[in-house]
Amino acid sequence: MTFMNIRLQSLSTISAYLLGFVWIMPLIYAFWAAFHPPEYATNFSLTAPLTLVNFKSAWNQAPFFSYMLNTIIITTIILVSQLFVCTLAGYALAREKFTGRGLALGLILMQLMVMPEILIVENYQTLSSLQLVDTHIGVGLPYLASAFGIFLLRQTFKTVPQELEDAARVEGLSGIKMIIRVFVPLAFPTYLAYSLVSISYHWNNFLWPLVVTNTEASRPLTVGMAIFGAPESGVDWSVISAGTLIAIGPLLAIFLVFQRQFIQSFMQAGIK
Amino acid sequence: MHKRFNLKAWLLLLPALLLLFAFTHWPTMRTFWRSANWAKTDVAEPKFVGTENFALLLDDPVFWKVLENNFWYAIGTVPTSIALAILMAIWVNGKIRCAGLLRLAFFTPTILPMITVANIWLFFYSPDIGLFDQLLRSIGIDGPNWLGDPDMALSSLIIMTIWKEAGFFMIFYLAALQTLSPELYQAARLEGAGPWRIFRRITFPLLMPTTLFVLINALLNAFKLVDHIFILTKGGPNNATNLLLYYIYETAFSFLDSYYAATLTVVMLVILALIAFVQMVLFDRKIHYK
Repeated sequence: MTFMNIRLQSLSTISAYLLGFVWIMPLIYAFWAAFHPPEYATNFSLTAPLTLVNFKSAWNQAPFFSYMLNTIIITTIILVSQLFVCTLAGYALAREKFTGRGLALGLILMQLMVMPEILIVENYQTLSSLQLVDTHIGVGLPYLASAFGIFLLRQTFKTVPQELEDAARVEGLSGIKMIIRVFVPLAFPTYLAYSLVSISYHWNNFLWPLVVTNTEASRPLTVGMAIFGAPESGVDWSVISAGTLIAIGPLLAIFLVFQRQFIQSFMQAGIK
Repeated sequence: MHKRFNLKAWLLLLPALLLLFAFTHWPTMRTFWRSANWAKTDVAEPKFVGTENFALLLDDPVFWKVLENNFWYAIGTVPTSIALAILMAIWVNGKIRCAGLLRLAFFTPTILPMITVANIWLFFYSPDIGLFDQLLRSIGIDGPNWLGDPDMALSSLIIMTIWKEAGFFMIFYLAALQTLSPELYQAARLEGAGPWRIFRRITFPLLMPTTLFVLINALLNAFKLVDHIFILTKGGPNNATNLLLYYIYETAFSFLDSYYAATLTVVMLVILALIAFVQMVLFDRKIHYK
């Protein structure tokens, strides 16, 4: 390696760390502001005292507990339904032969392009005629079936060897039992990957929940945070940062613990 | 065994098809219907107006402004996020120290909610007391009014979007890089090829399928990601940061005109159809290893 190349190499390494620092800085800042008194929010002194007072005032100024409960309920409803619906449809598309299979797949994949976010106007009309505005199930409804999940499971189920299915049939398994006992366990990594992607998507989803929730009864964390953080609310940076950490805390904790699985999952989900 | 009518298969598909019909296909059709009708309120009886809503649209300066913004938003976010994603993936995949930590730093924005991190970015961008202006002042530069200046605001949104997206796209490149054979690189090095040449002649062409996949997703995001607008600018100043989906939201839920909002949605559907078409053409050509 020439001298020139070595210098290029170290320049590239320094840029990598620099960019990494820039990328994580908003989160570091949130931690800084949340754990220090408000007068240190814009004053980065190493001798600044630590405090939990921002968390206390954030917690008292917004119903974080209901928001979090709503987010958990909504995310759970969506995930459970998606796993059920996508398993059945994915199996049918992967293992059954029938006229109209291509058409069915095409109709399903349409959701990849025309995402529920785009159809907020009409879906709101539907929800209000069903009188499901401001309910947990209402926030979940447009997402209960997922084209992405169906496609992912279809690809996985396709790789299950025919001999295995035949053997299970000889053992007397068929229909739903076959799916649950043979296909679901074999596709476990796909289920894990899909679940992590789905949870982080819906934990973070904002536009549709904003449209379809009106009160604390169904409002998730994202919508709550938008109201809480609005400049009109007059809350200072330190308290907003504390609120932000409360809101992202659970997801961030899960993410840090299962970091490898998370990243693997996103990778796997993208390749299929 | 090819069955003409396979009851079991259709029963298995029924929940998915019903849900998708109710919340994707039906609302898509209703959007077209609504765009050809008009009523003063949502409870009033709508009357058929043909293409009148579209005539209104063509005369609406905000609509054109929004389209223009969305165009620049896509131009601003898509290529830069892709380039950064490739760079990040190459770094993290290489022999750099603390690669795991670096990967974590790049990826973290992906799992954070746009809406809550926008609150932090709002502080970064606030005039004078904000972090960016403070940093700039410390080196003697008067920082711009990041969100208040109409010429600057959209760029500020673009910067935040790139920060949010690049690490996500990095993941796909990382997955692709791990499938490339090390022998190829050894051979190239033996031939005396430098890092830039190796990237241009080997890595980049081999990553082409991933780039296509990411490109389509980044394009879709350019039309779908509007959450941060709610916190940072609310479309202002003077519609400088208003994007199509945000305008649809405003029209339907602030101005309460669901018919005009549907008309705008039709434009969105046409754009999405175009992206789908581009995707089909590109994937058909299969830009693969030559």
